[in-house]
Amino acid sequence: MLKSLFISKEEAFHICDKSQYKESSLWEKMKLMFRCLFCRTTRHYVDRNTKLTQAIASSKVECLKHSERELLEAQLKKHLKNKVQQQP
Amino acid sequence: MSEHQIDPNKWIEHYSDYLFNYTISRVNDRDIAKDLIQDTFFAGLKSMKNFKGEASERTWLISILKRKIIDYYRKINSNKGQAEVRMTYNNTEEHEGDWLEERIEDEGYLNALETLENTELGDAIYDCLDKLPEKQATVFKLKTILNYETETICNELNITPSNLWVIIHRARIAMAECMEKNWL
Repeated sequence: MLKSLFISKEEAFHICDKSQYKESSLWEKMKLMFRCLFCRTTRHYVDRNTKLTQAIASSKVECLKHSERELLEAQLKKHLKNKVQQQP
Repeated sequence: MSEHQIDPNKWIEHYSDYLFNYTISRVNDRDIAKDLIQDTFFAGLKSMKNFKGEASERTWLISILKRKIIDYYRKINSNKGQAEVRMTYNNTEEHEGDWLEERIEDEGYLNALETLENTELGDAIYDCLDKLPEKQATVFKLKTILNYETETICNELNITPSNLWVIIHRARIAMAECMEKNWL
């Protein structure tokens, strides 16, 4: 039990990344917290990663959905094609 | 030769999300924002010959978009007629000075400040996203901004979940570094 609580730095980073999207389990979070107790690098990574998540959430930044982007691209291509054809 | 070149074939890939975020924070409506971006691109195509290359392509497109946004507000304002300004002051001696306190904590003013800060933060995020390799930026946007499920992104981009997490990890490190320099 105690042995499985120890995880590598890479695994800790991976759990931390998943946590930003609420995709880590409780057990994984416990392992990450345990590692944070003795690893400064992990603590620094968690701190930075959390700040990034908070900044993005508070900015309410938006982007186009995949389908909206494709539609826009198709319309622009069509317009571009017409423009090329109209040129002498 | 001018410093900046114009290439409409890359506009969607490079600028559509940036322009969309810029617009939606100003018009607050997804459909209107999409229409304004489309109009901007069409206007850009029409006036391509005027591009001197002194500013970047993005700056040039933003200047067109700004005009489109102003035109949009002009249009809805003329549809509504004259703007109506209503203010109520208490004229009685008993309430003299109350209006000062009422106006100190102006919610609209605080909201405007918050919106301004969000807009600047959004611009900083997009500036950092611009510096990422294309695939990292795409995966990061899908996962972090659009909140797509891991499985959906994997199917869409034909990558494995472990591949996705490696890309996310690299993107997050680069984004955090960039944001630390520019914002945090």
